[in-house]
Amino acid sequence: MARDKIYTEEVFPSPFMQLWQIFRKTPVAMVGFNCFIFLVILAVFAPILAPYSPVEGQLDMLLLPPSWHTDGNVSFLLGTDELGRDMLSRLMYGTSLTFGLSFVVVIISLVIGVIIGSLSALTSGLKSSFLNHFLDVILSIPSLLLAIIIVAILGPGISNTVWAVVIVLIPQFIHITRYAVKEESRKDYVLASRLDGASPFRVLYYSIFPNIVDRIMGQATLAQSAAILDIATLGFLGLGAQIPLPEWGATLANGLDLFYIAPWTVYLPGLAILFAVVATNLVGEGIRHALKLRKDR
Amino acid sequence: MLIFTIRRLNLFIFTMLVLTLISFSLSFLFPGDAIINITGAINATPGQLKILQQSYQTESNIFWQYIVYLQHIIHGELGISMSSQSDIATEVLNLLPATIELSLVALLFAMFIGIPLGFIAAIKHNKTADNLISSVSMIGYSIPVFWLGLLAILMFSINLGWLPSAGQISLLFEINHVTGIQFIDILLSDSPYKWQAFSDATSHIILPACVIAVAPATIFIRLARTSMIEVLETSYIRAANAKGLTFQQIIFRHAIRNALIKIIRHVGLQFANLVTIAMVTEVIFSWPGIGRWLIESIYQRDYTAIQSGLLVLSCFIFMIHILTDFIYAALNPLARGIKHGA
Repeated sequence: MARDKIYTEEVFPSPFMQLWQIFRKTPVAMVGFNCFIFLVILAVFAPILAPYSPVEGQLDMLLLPPSWHTDGNVSFLLGTDELGRDMLSRLMYGTSLTFGLSFVVVIISLVIGVIIGSLSALTSGLKSSFLNHFLDVILSIPSLLLAIIIVAILGPGISNTVWAVVIVLIPQFIHITRYAVKEESRKDYVLASRLDGASPFRVLYYSIFPNIVDRIMGQATLAQSAAILDIATLGFLGLGAQIPLPEWGATLANGLDLFYIAPWTVYLPGLAILFAVVATNLVGEGIRHALKLRKDR
Repeated sequence: MLIFTIRRLNLFIFTMLVLTLISFSLSFLFPGDAIINITGAINATPGQLKILQQSYQTESNIFWQYIVYLQHIIHGELGISMSSQSDIATEVLNLLPATIELSLVALLFAMFIGIPLGFIAAIKHNKTADNLISSVSMIGYSIPVFWLGLLAILMFSINLGWLPSAGQISLLFEINHVTGIQFIDILLSDSPYKWQAFSDATSHIILPACVIAVAPATIFIRLARTSMIEVLETSYIRAANAKGLTFQQIIFRHAIRNALIKIIRHVGLQFANLVTIAMVTEVIFSWPGIGRWLIESIYQRDYTAIQSGLLVLSCFIFMIHILTDFIYAALNPLARGIKHGA
């Protein structure tokens, strides 16, 4: 029998790759993941893909129902609103505002939160106890309420909404990073690396981070679904994206006056939000499920 | 229990200090003069302004100003609203009970629907019922509340005409404001149409309360499911099973009690979430509560109202938080102190 390899090499995939291999085998999570990728692509390429402009309307095509309706027009697939703006294009541009911005928001607050969290995990004593109490207070205030407070200070507008949601999400990341780093640093492999003479930052970077990256990603999906809902809710309340912007929540609030004549202007943005949040939650659920399976193995 | 109480009180005082500090610094963060932001006296003459400045001691250093601000809050002086020039403390006291009423009814709905469903899902773990409940709860968790509220109005108020879509009670009924909680006020009043008013108020609260309850109910489903699964795996359940108890006896006598304790702990945190959802829902259903008032004051840039409203609302949420902690500790001796030998 021919042997290609004389020495059978044992491959230990990194914790993240292990997670991906389990994640890949759950069909529901993969459906969610594909929807997520689809939304990311849509958010990036919306200006190329969208058939019409999101803000300029055709005045002869007011309040056209979706194309499956008998009065519909197939060149306006999802109908138009009261200014003749194509709903499909508005929703596509809205993807980059609601979904794309929430993605950016999560990444910014993740980076800041992980840095502060891991630094604070290295400290102890009074400073650490103060931070702990302070985080408890902040985390007990719901994210939407906090976002409303910050928007009230900064004033309405989409950029202020983004900063508000970033600030709101940071404590969650600090909390989970701090907790995860503290838990990992009690384990033997960290002790071994410390005995080798590694500095705290080296331990953090090479030993601890690869092992907690999956937990942080799980938190990131939770944060993203909260971010989508917060941005859309603020837009709906008129505190977020302002009038011509096709942000999903703002589009929905815009269609409110014509709800009974043109219900599709309210149904469709709501469905878009629901779709984005469900896709994000499915990915998150998949990650948590995979984490649990990996732990049991 | 004494040490537990002292520690909670410590946390409570610390949190109140942080919250008032945030609220105090808001008056400097908002555009405009800090003294006007704190008091809301936009139409004050220079003479009146002088008196206000003296009473808030704006000349002294910032720490002393904060102490004086605290004294004003303790005396219940929250300033006057910038837009309506009415006293904020009385306005908040009139509006807060309506929000409490709505949130409590919604919390009850969420608990009575969510927890049993979660238990069923846990008992039928990894079967069709479990998967069905889990996927429905995922959708309920993801649905934007304002959209759900609009769909509910369209469905039950406009198309079917079963339930009213706005307000707390029909304007035909004259109910005196005593406690602010509508149901208690109706029962206290001596109107001949008491029971009609009662049923009218009930039909007004059902729709908004159901809309608010959806998201917390799904979270209760998850909590109930995980805690029940944990309990069913413990050895005392296995022991009960080995002794020959029937399945119903095990579930009702042993499992439910122990699983419920773990859920009660999270009620406080969920209540905070629920109040935020209630704020948005109040806007949609024109419910005369503090959430709608707060969002309207944001539209009107009524900084005094925003500042005091936030302070009152966050204090309220935190008090509920502490209260559930106490209930949890009273029910579960393990949570009271340091565990020895654990």
